[in-house]
Formats: sequence, C-alpha cells, structure tokens
Amino acid sequence: MTQSHRIPGKGRIDRARPVRFTFDGRDYDGYHGDTLASALLANGVRLMGRSFKYHRPRGVMTAGSEEPNALVEVLEDGQHTPNVRATMQELFPGLHARSQNRWPSLSFDALAVNDRLSAFLSAGFYYKTFMWPPAWWEKIYEPLIRRAAGLGSLSGRHDEGRYEKAWAHCDLLVIGSGPAGLMAALTAARAGADVILAEEDREMGGRLLSDAPEIDGRKGDAWALAIVAELASMPNVRLMPRTTVTGAYDDGTYGALERVGLHVPTLADLPRECFWRIVAKRAILAAGALERPIAHPDNDRPGVMMASALRSYVRRWGVDPGRVVIFGNNDSALDAARTLTAEGVRILAYIDPRPVPPVEEFRVYQGDVVGTTGHLGLQTVRFRHRGGVSEIAAETLALAGGWNPTLHLACHMNTRPDWDEGIAAFVPRPDMVPGLAVAGAAANRFSTAACLADGAGAAAAALADLGLKAPDLPVPKAEDGVYAIAPLWSVEAPGRAWLDFANDVTTKDVELAAREGFASVEHMKRYTTQGMAPDQGKSSNVTALAVLAETTGQGIPTTGTTTFRPPFVPISIAALGAGGRGHGFAPERRTTSELASRRMGAPMIEAGLWFRPSYFPREGEATWRDSCDREVTMVRQAVGVCDVSTLGKIDVQGADAERFLDLVYSNTMSTLKPGRVRYGLMLREDGHVMDDGTCARLSERHFLITTTTAAAGPVMRHLDFVQQAFCGDWDVRLISVTEQWAQFALAGPRARDLLNTLLRDPVNAQGFPFMACSETRILGVLGRLFRISFSGELGYEVAVPARYGAALFDRLVAEAENLGGGAYGMEALNVLRIEKGFITHAEIHGRVTAFDIGMERMVAAGKDCIGKAASQRPGMIGPEREQLVGLMPLEGHASLTAGAHLYEEKAPATAANGQGYVTSVGYSPTLNSWLGLGFLKNGRARHGETVRLEDGLRKRKVQARVCDPVFFDRDGGRMRG
Amino acid sequence: MRITCPCCGSRDRREFTYYGSDDYLRRPDADAAAQAWDDYLHNRDNPAGETRDLWYHDPCGTWVKVTRDTVTHAIHACEPVAGEAG
Ligand SMILES: [Zn+2]
Repeated sequence: MTQSHRIPGKGRIDRARPVRFTFDGRDYDGYHGDTLASALLANGVRLMGRSFKYHRPRGVMTAGSEEPNALVEVLEDGQHTPNVRATMQELFPGLHARSQNRWPSLSFDALAVNDRLSAFLSAGFYYKTFMWPPAWWEKIYEPLIRRAAGLGSLSGRHDEGRYEKAWAHCDLLVIGSGPAGLMAALTAARAGADVILAEEDREMGGRLLSDAPEIDGRKGDAWALAIVAELASMPNVRLMPRTTVTGAYDDGTYGALERVGLHVPTLADLPRECFWRIVAKRAILAAGALERPIAHPDNDRPGVMMASALRSYVRRWGVDPGRVVIFGNNDSALDAARTLTAEGVRILAYIDPRPVPPVEEFRVYQGDVVGTTGHLGLQTVRFRHRGGVSEIAAETLALAGGWNPTLHLACHMNTRPDWDEGIAAFVPRPDMVPGLAVAGAAANRFSTAACLADGAGAAAAALADLGLKAPDLPVPKAEDGVYAIAPLWSVEAPGRAWLDFANDVTTKDVELAAREGFASVEHMKRYTTQGMAPDQGKSSNVTALAVLAETTGQGIPTTGTTTFRPPFVPISIAALGAGGRGHGFAPERRTTSELASRRMGAPMIEAGLWFRPSYFPREGEATWRDSCDREVTMVRQAVGVCDVSTLGKIDVQGADAERFLDLVYSNTMSTLKPGRVRYGLMLREDGHVMDDGTCARLSERHFLITTTTAAAGPVMRHLDFVQQAFCGDWDVRLISVTEQWAQFALAGPRARDLLNTLLRDPVNAQGFPFMACSETRILGVLGRLFRISFSGELGYEVAVPARYGAALFDRLVAEAENLGGGAYGMEALNVLRIEKGFITHAEIHGRVTAFDIGMERMVAAGKDCIGKAASQRPGMIGPEREQLVGLMPLEGHASLTAGAHLYEEKAPATAANGQGYVTSVGYSPTLNSWLGLGFLKNGRARHGETVRLEDGLRKRKVQARVCDPVFFDRDGGRMRG
Repeated sequence: MRITCPCCGSRDRREFTYYGSDDYLRRPDADAAAQAWDDYLHNRDNPAGETRDLWYHDPCGTWVKVTRDTVTHAIHACEPVAGEAG
C-alpha cells in the first residue's frame, strides 16, 4: 500500500526502515518511528474506532497518552491486549491491530443505532431505565448491559507475556523531557546529582519535537537532541524513555510504568512492561500541558483533532492532513496556524471568537464552528462569522481550546489546585507533594524561554535542598511570547457537542445532570460518567466542569475539580503483579530432604511457605490412606523417620536468658537443668494461647526453643518485641536458626536401635532419659540430640547443620528400612499426634486459652508472664467455655470431618444450640476407628456423653462419644520407656 | 511510605510489619487493676493528626516507634523501641 498521506522528506521517521503491519486484517506500510496512529493517518485512515455508548465513528484526537478515541486491540500469538492507545503503540514489523467496540465492522456497526436513539440514552439513562421491576436486574438488565458495555475484548487465555517490577533510587527525578525537564535534568546532572529523567514518549524532547521553536539559534528538536546526548553520556544520569510516571506517593516514592517490549515483535526477548517504584529525594514535575478541545456541534468526527496533535503529526511523522480548518481561542492556536503554514500545510480558515487582525498566510474569521458533516470522516466545516454562516470542505479540523497544565501528579496526595483566570485552567499550588516542584507549562509557564528558566530554577532549588552547588549554566535564548486566551468552553448552537469523547458525554448531558440536581462536580461526574473512561477525562474534565459552572452560575472556583487519583495512565494488572504468578506467588521454602522425598514418590504439600512430604507410597498401596495407615503402624510397631526441620528454632543466649524465657513462657524455664528439655506454652498478652513448643537448655546461658512451623515468624517477632520493649537492659540475645539446622524425628519402639547406628557414643534408656538433650557426634558431624516425642512413641530428634541434612536423611531412611521401618509423612504424623491428643494450630487457633486446652496449670503461679493477667480475667476460665475433648464415632468406621459442629443428640442444628466444633480428624489404624479432636462447651465434665457432629457443608451427621483427648497410651509409658 | 529503621536506614514500608499503638510499650504491672489492662490491651485513640505506633523491620528484627501524622502522612520520627526500655 502507498502511504498516500505522507509528506515527502518530512518527519522524524526512518524512511530506510519500512514497516508492514495490519489494521482490521488489512496490510499497511509505515516507517520505523511511526506510531500506529501516525501510520494509519499516513495511509489516509482516519476512522480508528467507535465511541462507547453511541458507537459513533471516531478518529484520533491527540498524539499522546491522553487519547480518548483511538483505542485498539493488539493481537499477538493468540493474545489480545485491549484498549491500546494507537497514539502510544509504536509500529513494528508484523504488528496486528484491530478496532474495537464495533460489529460487524468498523465502517458498518449495527449498534450505531444507539446514536439515533440518543434522546433515550442521555445522562442517568441506566439509573432511570433499569430500575423496575427489581427482579429483572440480575437476569435481564445486567447481562444485557454487560454485553453492550466495555471496550475491547480479552482472549480468554492466560497472559503469557513476561512482566517485571523494579526499584530505583535517585537524588532527583525529573518527570518530562520538554524544555523545562531537559534544563532541570542538565542543571542537576552537571552538579553531580544522581538524576533520573523519565519521559513517556519513545523520544526525549516533549513539545520541542513537534513545535521546534528556536533555542540558541537552533531548531528546538536539534537543541533537545544535543542535550539528550550530553545527558546520555553522563554516568550519574539515567534516561528512562517510554516511562510514564503514574503516581506520587508518600516520602518521595513514585510509581512508573515502562513500556519495555511493546514496540518490538518478539515477546521472548524483553518483558512487555516494567513497573518501577522510584524513590527520589527530590522530584520535578515538568509534564507540560494538555490541549483541550472546544465543545461545538458534531466535534467528534474522524478528522477532528487537537491543533497540537496536528503539529505533531505533521512535524514528527510527516503526515499530510489535507485541507485544514483551525478553530481556536488563544495565541497558541494562531501560532499553530502560522507554523503549520510554514511547514506547507494548507490552512483554509482560522476561526477565533476573538478579534484577530488579518494575516497574509491564511484567512482569519472572527466567529465559531457550529457544525460538521461527514459520516465516517470529516467532509465539511460550518462556521459563523461576521459575514454570516459559511461551510467549507476540509479533511482536518484542528481544535485549540487552551491548555490545561498536566498537574495530576502534584494532586495525588489529596491537595487541590488553584483556578487561574488568566489562562482559564487549574494551576498547581506550591508544596502540594512534599519534595516535588512543578516546572514549565505544568506550572503555568507557556513560553519556551520561561520553561527553560523555570526548569533550571527548579533544579537549582532542588540542588540546594540536596546540599549540592548549582552549576554556572546560562539559560538558552528562546521565544518569550505571551499566551493570551479568551475562554470558550462550548459553542451556543443546535446539535450535540461532545465533552468526553471516550464515554460519549455531551454538553447536554452535563446540563441535564445539573437540572436534575446533580450539580456538584462529583455527582455530575458519576451521573454522566464524565471522565470515567480509560483516559480519565484528561482532555475533557476541565471543560465539563466549566460547562457545569456556567449552567449552575456558580463559577469554576466554587464548582471545584474532581479528585485526581493515581494512576495517571492505565496500568496493566500484570505489570503491577509482575513476578507473582505460579512459583512467584509466594516464596517457597524447601527442606534438605525434599529431593529424596520426591525420589521416593512422596507428594509434597504446602505447610505455610514450606513444602513437606504428605506420605511415602509403596508398591501395592492404592490410596493415600493405605500409605498413611501403614506408616502409622510402622511407627507404633518398628520405627519411622520424619523431617521436622520446618519447626521454628530460636537460639536464646545470655545471663538473663532464663529470666527472659520465664517472661515469655507461661510455665517456668529458669528451673530447667542444662541437658534437659521442657514443653512450653506461650500466651499472647490478651491471654490466649500463642504457640507451644519445646525449650532445651543446652548450657547454663544457652537455650534453644522451638515453635510450630506456622508460628515461627510471628513468635520471633513477638520475642523480639518483648526483648526490645521490656528487657532492653537484660543480658539476652535471640536469633532464628530455623534454616541453619536440619532436624529429623526418629519415632517407634526401635528408635534407639536406629539412632545408635549413627552415634559415635551410643545412648541407653537411663543414660539419656526422656526430655534429655545434648551435643553429640552423628556420623562424625557435631550435632544435637533431643529425646522428645510428638508421636507418643520412644522418640529422638537429631539435628545437624543443614548442609548435612540430605545425607543424614538418606542414611536414616536406609537404616530404618533395615529395622522394618521407613520414612513417614505429614498424614501419618497427624494421625499419630491425634491418637495422643497433641495439639497443633488447628486447636490453638487464636481463640483458645490455656484453660480451654486443659493447661491452665502451666500458667505458673509464682511469676509474671506475658498474657498472665489477661488469662485470669473473668470469662477466660470456666464451665461456659468450650474445652478440648476427644471424639469417637459410635460406629467405628463412620468418618469424621473437621469443621463439623457439635450438638446435643436430638437438638436441631441451630446457632443457638451449638455446643462446639471439630478441629482435627484422622483414621487411627491403631484403634481401628476415626478419631476427632474438638472443643465442646464444658467438655471436660462431659466425657462419656454422646453428641451429634453435623457438617452442613458436606451434609454429614455422625453420632460420637465424648472422651479424653488422649486416645492412646494415656500414661505415656511408651515415650518414657 | 518509607520508615527509617535505626539499624538499616530509610526503607520501604513493605519491609515492615505493623503492630499497633505505642501504648503497647507501657505494660501495666502484673497486679494492676483491670481497667489498666483494658486500656493497655484494647482501648485505643484514633487521632487525626500525630500518632505513635510500632513497626517491626522484618529483615533485621528491629522494633521501631514511628511518630507520624495520619492527616498529612508526614513521618516525624523513627526511634528504636529498645532505647527507651526500662
Ligand atoms: Zn532494619
């Protein structure tokens, strides 16, 4: 295809690198350096999308991220990215783009019938139409609206693209690279500051690239290139093109979205986007200003665009706009007309409501535009002037309604800007965001000279704050024209005049909202949906509220603005959540025995962040239950090996360590002898159980305590708090050593036989009794030995430095198998502890007291401890509380379910009748019955009673007998033996 | 939001775990009246303005008392909890 609308030799595009792409299935050619919008315009394509509500044909309005109309889908390898702004999508070979919100095609859209029904679709239409009957909402209205609403579509597949997130730190963040931003960056860079210059465009230079005013005798774009080259050569400067700063947050933190790989064909080489968090000691917002349209009848046809966008398309991309009419109300409009004429563009008419003296280059009319024609693209412009009403044929109508400073980021911390009558726009106030200064057009400086000086000045102020000396840098010479404007928001003429092009909000909608009582700007916004489309009303909000102010007669300062919130541009969730999919969702902690466990076929299950083996299947075992039953029996009859390294381990040392442990444990640890271990209970300060574990006294001043796997982090945090808040002058220090040690439980009647195959100094029953601990040599490695049991069997735990864990596990399993035992997993571990009534966080779930679990005597009488005072408050102890009990089904093979509620045998299952609940269940091959642990009101006094377990979720009812929670070996002879 | 850890310097708030008001530093005696324990455990002000609360810097284990403004979000001081223990 020829690029019929390309001006020969013009534009910052690389004519040596043609690029073929498709739009709506049709091939087109553009050049490297084009955006999708510029390439389509160069091919004479003005129609790029359909509007949201009325499905009006729409073309590109702007040349930047504020684009409301030209939203397209980009397709690649079955992936759809909807709502891509054609103005931001750089062209690359093989780009496939598709228009959206139309059916069956862009030029013939069936839903365009909405446009003829517009009288019924005005503001508040949803609220008025879809109210009655109420029952219709869910079944009829909502599905109907959902089908018609929304722009673009998703592929329905996972996003396979790669995204990243990253942090950056700097002295000075400069946002925007126009004249103010470049001067600010250069000034700070020459002073030696660590500078980041972020620019949304692919090229640095801002408006200098499009308007090219003279600076120091050079064209502005050439000047910009030279400055950028110098910045690029400096080691203390990071240039971040294609990066939109999206939000200003507390303490100098800024969010920024970098389009890393969206401008190249292959997904694989680069991440698509990177979400940056930039921490800057100082920042300068030099984001320029956005030009606003004028609301005149039929101002939304393809071919109507902003005058500034027209300048960009002509100068940057060599687009031939055909015959042009300019409608403006300010000096920058006149300047655009002059510059464009100088670039060779045919301006048929310059229309301005202000009296403008005639010029030679084009015809000037004092008047306004009252209508346009052209179904799929502009054909004629009708305008009123002092000689009457004229209509002329034109392909492009450029609107120049004045400039709104791009001050969004300055307002992100909930401060409101000031209204400036002089430029009829909101301008920033000083110090809206701590550490952020606004410079250039964003700060109401509209000449090139003023922007250059302002950028340099803002940088000098930032340097002073940073303690750096500003360099002696003369401000370049440039035009210093005056920007005069006569506000014109909407033209008084019959017909619909658009404010918010993206959401199809017209001046009539705003007037209607005001008439119906939605006269506050926040109400008007929600009633009309003004500013609620992907562009967030960047080019329309100010005009809409001006129209509202005119309707209510309140004036703009009184009417006020809506709230500016981050993000400044849409951010894909994939970029915000970069790295968080699949394995990246949470850190994964792996034990030293994992590889061996997997080799043995064990399915790994998550326990917090850890992965632990569920069971170790053997040949002939059909289900997990077969394996679990076998492993339980193996431990009860021979010996089993289990990795318990995931338990939290905290090393506590110092002369006051015992005093500290007395404070954090409810029971007394100071009386513990070196070489002995004691079970310990920790309370929260509110009197409920926090955690349980063991406390081993390795030597006089050296303790090693364990926590449950789940509570390792919270317990460490708690102990650090108690130590730092209440024991600051005590001689005690603590540190987590969970990952430094691999630890294995050996459990079963033959545990000692197994252990002694490894020890240099074998142990016997008397010499190393129950609850003993010591250092020991295990296969030549200095390790630790504890005689503790979580299974109720004769049990030991051996610990070695983690680097020996894998080897020790292999050896333990092999030796255990020689003795008729083997490895056991979490399922068997759970059944073994239920048989013994040992609790886990299923029981100590945060709402139980020591009394509830039958351990009130562990809250020692003679000393204070964390949680003691609260544990003895009324209501924390007593028969009204639910207490830990055992539950056995009356019919042994009836299975129990955790989460079931307890009721008296005949009582209906109502909340008022609730007697408690089940926390843990398992099938005991030892007792040939399902067993449960749970909490029952006054349960310890009710052993022998029958209760009904009712599981509403799984629709199960089981009768069970209440009993002591210790089902097996109640006197503990097996583990003490 | 950034908090200055007395041990590590200025860090993003994602590295910290929030606990609550610095009331938690003023633990009553074991035999204090019930009202004192209620105030310590449960009764909290919700000021619009200056507040002092406790944050844990997970990477280094330091507890920090942060004086900040709930209206402006300004952080006025970050002090180690350990410094004022008794
Ligand atoms: Zn720290």
